[in-house]
Amino acid sequence: MTAFPPLTNVSRRAVLFGVATGVLVLTTRLSPPAHAQEKKYGGDAMAGGLKDDPRVFLSIADDGTVVLLCNRAEMGQGIRTSWGMVVADELEADLARVKVVQSKGDQALYGNQNTDGSRSMRHHFEPLRRIAAAARQMLEQEAAARWSVPVVEIKSENHGVVHGASGRRLDFGALAKGAAARPVPARETLALKGQSQFRYIGKDGIPLIDNDGFVTGKAVYGIDARVDGMAYAVIARPPVYGGKVKSFDAQETLKVPGVLKVVPIDAPAIPSTFQPLGGVAVVAENTFAAIKGRSRLVIEWDDGPNASYDSVQYRKSMEAAAGKPGKVVRNNGDVDAALAGAARRIEASYYLPHLAQAPMEPPTATARVTSEGCEVWCSVQNPEAIRTDLARRFKMPLDRIVVNALLLGGGFGRKSKPDFASEAAILSHAMGGRPVKLTFTREDDLQHSFFHTASVERVEAGLDAAGKPVAWLHRTVAPTILALFAPDPKHEAPFELAMGAVDMPFAIANVRVENPEAAAHTRVGWFRSVSNIPHAFAVQSFVAELAAALGRDPKDYLLELIGPDRLIDATSMSDAWLYGEDPKRYPFDTGRLRRVTEKAAGEAGWGRKLPEGRGLGIAAHRSFVSYAAVVVEAAVNARGVLTIPRVDIAFDCGGVVNPDRVRSQLEGAVVQGISLAMLGEISFKNGRVEQKNFDGYELTRIDASPAEIRTHLVDTTAFDKPLGGVGEPGVPPVAPALANAIFAACGKRIRSLPIRDQLRKA
Amino acid sequence: MVTFTVNGKNHTFNGDPEMPLLWYLRDVAGMTGTKFGCGQALCGACTVHVDGTALRSCQVLLGDIGGQAVITIEGLSADGMHPVQKAWRDLNVAQCGYCQSGQIMQAAALLKDTPSPSDGDIDSAMSGNICRCGTYPRIRAAIKRASGRA
Repeated sequence: MTAFPPLTNVSRRAVLFGVATGVLVLTTRLSPPAHAQEKKYGGDAMAGGLKDDPRVFLSIADDGTVVLLCNRAEMGQGIRTSWGMVVADELEADLARVKVVQSKGDQALYGNQNTDGSRSMRHHFEPLRRIAAAARQMLEQEAAARWSVPVVEIKSENHGVVHGASGRRLDFGALAKGAAARPVPARETLALKGQSQFRYIGKDGIPLIDNDGFVTGKAVYGIDARVDGMAYAVIARPPVYGGKVKSFDAQETLKVPGVLKVVPIDAPAIPSTFQPLGGVAVVAENTFAAIKGRSRLVIEWDDGPNASYDSVQYRKSMEAAAGKPGKVVRNNGDVDAALAGAARRIEASYYLPHLAQAPMEPPTATARVTSEGCEVWCSVQNPEAIRTDLARRFKMPLDRIVVNALLLGGGFGRKSKPDFASEAAILSHAMGGRPVKLTFTREDDLQHSFFHTASVERVEAGLDAAGKPVAWLHRTVAPTILALFAPDPKHEAPFELAMGAVDMPFAIANVRVENPEAAAHTRVGWFRSVSNIPHAFAVQSFVAELAAALGRDPKDYLLELIGPDRLIDATSMSDAWLYGEDPKRYPFDTGRLRRVTEKAAGEAGWGRKLPEGRGLGIAAHRSFVSYAAVVVEAAVNARGVLTIPRVDIAFDCGGVVNPDRVRSQLEGAVVQGISLAMLGEISFKNGRVEQKNFDGYELTRIDASPAEIRTHLVDTTAFDKPLGGVGEPGVPPVAPALANAIFAACGKRIRSLPIRDQLRKA
Repeated sequence: MVTFTVNGKNHTFNGDPEMPLLWYLRDVAGMTGTKFGCGQALCGACTVHVDGTALRSCQVLLGDIGGQAVITIEGLSADGMHPVQKAWRDLNVAQCGYCQSGQIMQAAALLKDTPSPSDGDIDSAMSGNICRCGTYPRIRAAIKRASGRA
C-alpha cells in the first residue's frame, strides 16, 4: 500500500504524457466559464465542478499504454469500463491498451467525485471526450512537426498517428513524450468525432475492465485493504439514534485473546450530519477477536429522545397527517373546485417502510492517522467528504488527507457517507497512529444505516363523466433527509419532492401536491432512486386503480394521462430541482415517457391471453432525467404464492455509451425493485431496528427472482440530446408494475409494502 | 495447533480454535478473495470448498478443520480459466463483483456434482448466495454456459 508521506501515485514504468501525480497539474487550469454569473447546472454546479485537462487524467507510456485516471467510484455500474470506452474512442486508441486506474480523492484536482445521483456518464461524457480529443490533437501536432507536414494531412487511427500521403505511421507511445510538452488545445479548438465514427461508444458486449479481478478474487475492495501493522476494530454503537453510552464495563472484553484496546467514542450532537454515532470500540489483532470482544462488553445506554420510535405507531401518525391538508408544494388550477364538481372521486393511500441499502460489502475503512497526516483506504462514493471531515477533525490541511478509493462492493447510497472512515481514523488516532481497519458487521450495517425514508402517500382524483381526471391531489408524508442537517425539519426537501411528487406530468388541469408534516426519528438518507420509490409507487399504482374503477385497460389509461406529446418546463410543475439540471436542456418530454410505455407494453405482449392466476401490470416513471417503463407478469397460485415469470423494462436515457452496462443496471434495478416490493422493511421498536441480519431483513434471492428479465433500450443513438442517468431510474417503476400485475392476476390491490405474505391464503 | 491446506499449501494455526475460517483467510493469511457478507451463513459471500464441498467459511471453525483441504477462489484454477470463471467473464456477469467469489465457488461445486443442472437445480443450489446488485439472470445464464447447456 501507499507509503507515507502520501502524495505519491501508482508507480509506472514510464509516464511520458501527462502527469497524474499531483505535481505538475497545478500548472494548467482551464479558465472559468465565460458566464460565471449565470446559474450553473449539471456537473458545473457540483462541488469541484468538471475538469477536462488531459494532463490530469491521461498518461501514455513509451510502450503506448494509455492510463486513464477514473475519478468516479466503481460500485457495479461498470463506470471504469465505460469511461475507458469513451476515451479510447475519442483518442483513437485501442481499448485493449487502455488501463483504468482509480484516482485518489482530490476534488480540487479531479473535479467532483461524489458518485451518486446517476451522474457519472451524464455529467462526464463530454469532459471525457474533450480530454481524449485534446490529447489526440497534441499527438497529431507532434507527429506533424516531426514529419514537417501540415497537421490537416494527419489523422489518428488504431493507437497511432498516420500520414496518408507518405504512408508513415507512429504509435502513440513514440509520440507521447513530445506531445506532452505541447500546449493543451483550447476547448473551442477541439474537434470531436462524429457519431458515425464511434468505434466503442454504443457497442455492445465490451468485456469489463475488472473482469479478471472479479472472477479470481484479486479485485481489491475497501474491505480488502491491508496495511502493514494494522489492527482490526468493530464498534458497539448506541442502538437508538441520538443515544449515548451511560456506562460500560470492558473487563471481560479485555480477557479475549487478541483484544488490544477498548475505546469509547463520543456521541455526536443531533442533528448529527454524517458523523459517527459514538459508542464503544474494540480494537484487536483480527476481526474475529474484535467481534468476540465486543460481544462481552457490558454497556448501559442512555437512549435519548428517540427511544420510543415505533414503526407501527409512526405509520398511524403519518396516515393521520395524510388525512389533513398540508403545506402546498405545487398548485395548478383549482383542485378544490374541480373535486367538488367531479362526477366521481376516488382516493387511495399507500405505505412504504424504511429500507436499508445493505451493500454486500458492509461499510469498512482502514485509516492511519499520525501527526504528519491521514491516509484512508476504503470503498466510498464521495472521497472528498472523508477528506473534509478528517481535515476538520484533526485540524490538518486538506492536502495531508489522502483517500485511496478502492472498489465498492455495492453502494446504493450508503457509501456516500464518510462515517465509517471517520471511525477508522478516530481509532487509529487512539492507537497512536497504528493503522486500524474498522468493519461494520452486517448487524451493524442494518442497525446503523442512513435509512431510506418511510412514507404514506395519499392520492385523490376527481373524474369527469367520461372518466378523465379533472383534479389530482397528492399528499406525501415522509421524514426528510434534511433532518441530518437541521433541527427537526418537518417537510420534504425540494429535491425529495421533485422525485416523482411535484414533477407529475399528467395532462390534468387542476393539480395540487401537499406535504403535511413528519418528524424524523432515525437517520434518513439516500437509497438508490431515493424518494422516487414511494412517489412512483403511489402515482403508478393509483393510475391502475383509476383504470380498474372505470373498467379501462390500465396501459391505455396510463397513456391517456400522459397525454399528447409535449415538453413540460420543470418550473411549471414547481420542480425547482430537476436533478440539478438546466430546465431548458431537460424539459419533461412526455413523448419519451409515452414511447417507453408503448415499448414495454409491446415487447411484453400487452393484451395477450394469460392463464388463470396470471396478470400483467405496467408502470412508467421519469427520474434522473431518464425515462423507464416496466411490465411485470405475475402469477399467483391458489395458495396465494407469487412468482414472476417475466419482466420487460424499456428505457430511454438518451444516447447509450455502454449498452451492456445499461442493460445490467436495468436487470439489477428490476431485481432490487422486486426485492424492496416483496421483502424490504426496516422497522423500529423502542427506537431500535428490529432486523438483525439477512434472516430478518430479507433480500430477493435467485429462486424468487423473475424467471426472465428483458431489457429494451429506446433511442440509443440519440447523442444529440443531453444524456440521462442510468444507475437509479430503472428502480422506481418496478414495485408499482408488480403491484398492478398482482391486481391483474388475482384482484388483490397492494397498498402497503412489503408484499411478503399479503397474498397467502390459509 | 491445527494443520490444514489452503489451495494445496500447508497452514498451521495456534490461536483461538473458535476463529472462523473466513477471518483466518482474510486477516491472518491475507487471502481476501473470500468475502465477508453476514457472518451467519445467510448470504454465501464467503463460500469456499472444504474437502470438495461448498461451505460458508464464516461457519467453519479452525478447531474443526484439521487435516482438511480448503480451496478458495484464488485456488479454483491456476489460470483463472475454470469453466465457471470463463463463463462469468464471457457474459460480464458481475456488477460490483463482491459476491461473485462466493457465487463462483458455489456454482463450481454445483457443476461438479451436477454437470447438467436444470433451471430448478440452479436456483436451488444458488439460493443461498445473495447478490444485491441483482445479477441473477446472468448467473443463471453463465452456469448454463459453463455446463455446456447454452
